[in-house]
Amino acid sequence: MYTNNHYPQDQDFRQALSGRYRTATIWQGLFLSALLIAIISLTALIYNVVDGAFGYVAFDYKKDPAEFTSTPLTELTQDELIIILKDNLSSGAYKKLENEKPMQKRSQAELYTLFLERLVQLDTKETWSMTNSLMNSEKIKAEVAEKYPTATLEFRSWLTPQFLVTPMSSKAEFAGVRTAVLGSLWLVGIAILFSLPIGTGAAIYLQEYAPKNWLTGIIQTNINNLAGVPSIVYGMLGLAIFVRVMEPLTSGALFGVTDSNGRTVLSAGLTMGVLVLPLIIINAQEAIKAVPDSLRQAAYGVGATRWQAVWYHVLPNALPGILTGSILALSRALGETAPLIVVGASTFISLDPQSPFSKFTALPIQIYQWTTRAQSEFHAIAAGAIVVLLVLLLTLNATAVLLRNRFQRRW
Amino acid sequence: MENKYAIESNNLSIHYGSYTAVKNVSVKIQPQKITAIIGPSGCGKSTLLRALNRMNDFVPGCHVTGELFLQGQNLYGNQIDPVEVRRKIGMVFQKPNPFPKSIYENIAWGARINGFKGKMDELVEQSLRSAALWDEVKDKLQESAYALSGGQQQRLCIARTIAIQPEIILMDEPASALDPISTLRIEELMQELKKNYTIIIVTHNMQQAARASDFTAMMMIDDNRAGGVIEFDETKKIFTRPSDKRTEDYVTGRFG
Repeated sequence: MYTNNHYPQDQDFRQALSGRYRTATIWQGLFLSALLIAIISLTALIYNVVDGAFGYVAFDYKKDPAEFTSTPLTELTQDELIIILKDNLSSGAYKKLENEKPMQKRSQAELYTLFLERLVQLDTKETWSMTNSLMNSEKIKAEVAEKYPTATLEFRSWLTPQFLVTPMSSKAEFAGVRTAVLGSLWLVGIAILFSLPIGTGAAIYLQEYAPKNWLTGIIQTNINNLAGVPSIVYGMLGLAIFVRVMEPLTSGALFGVTDSNGRTVLSAGLTMGVLVLPLIIINAQEAIKAVPDSLRQAAYGVGATRWQAVWYHVLPNALPGILTGSILALSRALGETAPLIVVGASTFISLDPQSPFSKFTALPIQIYQWTTRAQSEFHAIAAGAIVVLLVLLLTLNATAVLLRNRFQRRW
Repeated sequence: MENKYAIESNNLSIHYGSYTAVKNVSVKIQPQKITAIIGPSGCGKSTLLRALNRMNDFVPGCHVTGELFLQGQNLYGNQIDPVEVRRKIGMVFQKPNPFPKSIYENIAWGARINGFKGKMDELVEQSLRSAALWDEVKDKLQESAYALSGGQQQRLCIARTIAIQPEIILMDEPASALDPISTLRIEELMQELKKNYTIIIVTHNMQQAARASDFTAMMMIDDNRAGGVIEFDETKKIFTRPSDKRTEDYVTGRFG
């Protein structure tokens, strides 16, 4: 039928074929190396964080513990510690501590920490990273013995159970992330309470109700663009709207809270909510779009109204997707730092956030603040805090994934 | 006069924007009969069918002119709520589309949203029996409808439609996604159902139209790509001595 055959034959074909395979191999190699680069970066990141969170520390006491008590340090009881503290602290300082939390209610460990912090004044001389500590153990020991003859050298994990439940302190050795973790949870909680219903509602309206015209086109484009706006811009927005304009509301003045300004966890949470709103809308829209049209038609076919079709069929089937979107948004909110700085997160605060109208700090703020300090022990606790943040992130994601799977099984 | 026909259209035209998809359809559908709509692909059969219970309302840019009477009421009149239309004129779709719920819920849901006040268990059983599905599913009413075979799913969709007790049932190629045995069962079911309901069915399958329907509407597109009913008569007549040459060509397989 074909008078001219324009295809290469036998030998030529095979040659061309090996050329095609060669091209494929090159591309495959490129994709593999891309994956390897990603894996190496991730491993390096995790190594770097863990490396900082453990290691040798050399510390000294500014005052000899023997000045305060004759009992060995490890055997001090709660009552003894209170007496020591009362005798040696200035009455003003003691009263201040008593006001924060009555001495009798503090545990032995807390009191012992106070004793170390305020009286004998633990003084960290130098810290080493985990790798360095393990590889050059002998060298470090020799160095410490020479430079700080009275100091104690100890291999320490900066990430301890104590670290999780202690509030902020000006001494790295006694600082913890309790306030920051609680602040972050409050933030994310408020953000999701605000943005999940609003975002899902907006997505339902856009997908199921809004007519497809130029106006909805513009709105859609803008939502997509908003998802890419730098977070600091949302911070400015939060400062202008939530902190300043809505101050009576966000400071709690309307609800009888008097000792607060607009820089509350509520303002920050709402700012975060606005920040993740476009993400939630877009994801919810995708999830709603993925519900097959035949399902809507089935509902309409038995005489359902639009709302009934949406409420009983579209929404339940889109829910797993909407939750997945919220997981991503949640992670974003948990790690955001810039808007919090603008909205006015406190960098030093040792009181737990008690209500939406509390001052607050958050993990990323704390980490940022610690990494900017000159002393190396703060870098170590920053690494510890990063581990906490990552674990928190994974826990939240895992919870959400479990939740999503449960919904999925119920169709 | 009014009740002589189940549904009656008068110069019904369906437009998508400026394009007319179906033009000037005037047919009178007999009650408690099966009416088949046949014709080549793209002639507007499904479009016409969907216009009958205002399913086209959801298609952006679609609008309908002309009149469509159900018991003397113009379904495209200003006072008519499309939800009410769909309540009276049920629909079975081409691809079985049960709700992703239990078999029981598939039937109960439509009844519930329409304010059914009777005994739900009875309604479910009755509907499933009418759709010739009861014996196969009576022991697994709480199981997912998705676990059923395609043919069973389609019969469930029919049961779901019957449950809301419509006056007319529209079927859009209900057997095109099914194997021959399931197809046959659906056809047998249609013969049962026509005792109580008026059925209008779109089909590509000429034999199906010939053996299962009482009346046949033949559709064809004109030069402007607008579909229209070129012949509407008893099925026997359409398939043996049609009056239009184009119908004859089509049903004998010489065209389309």
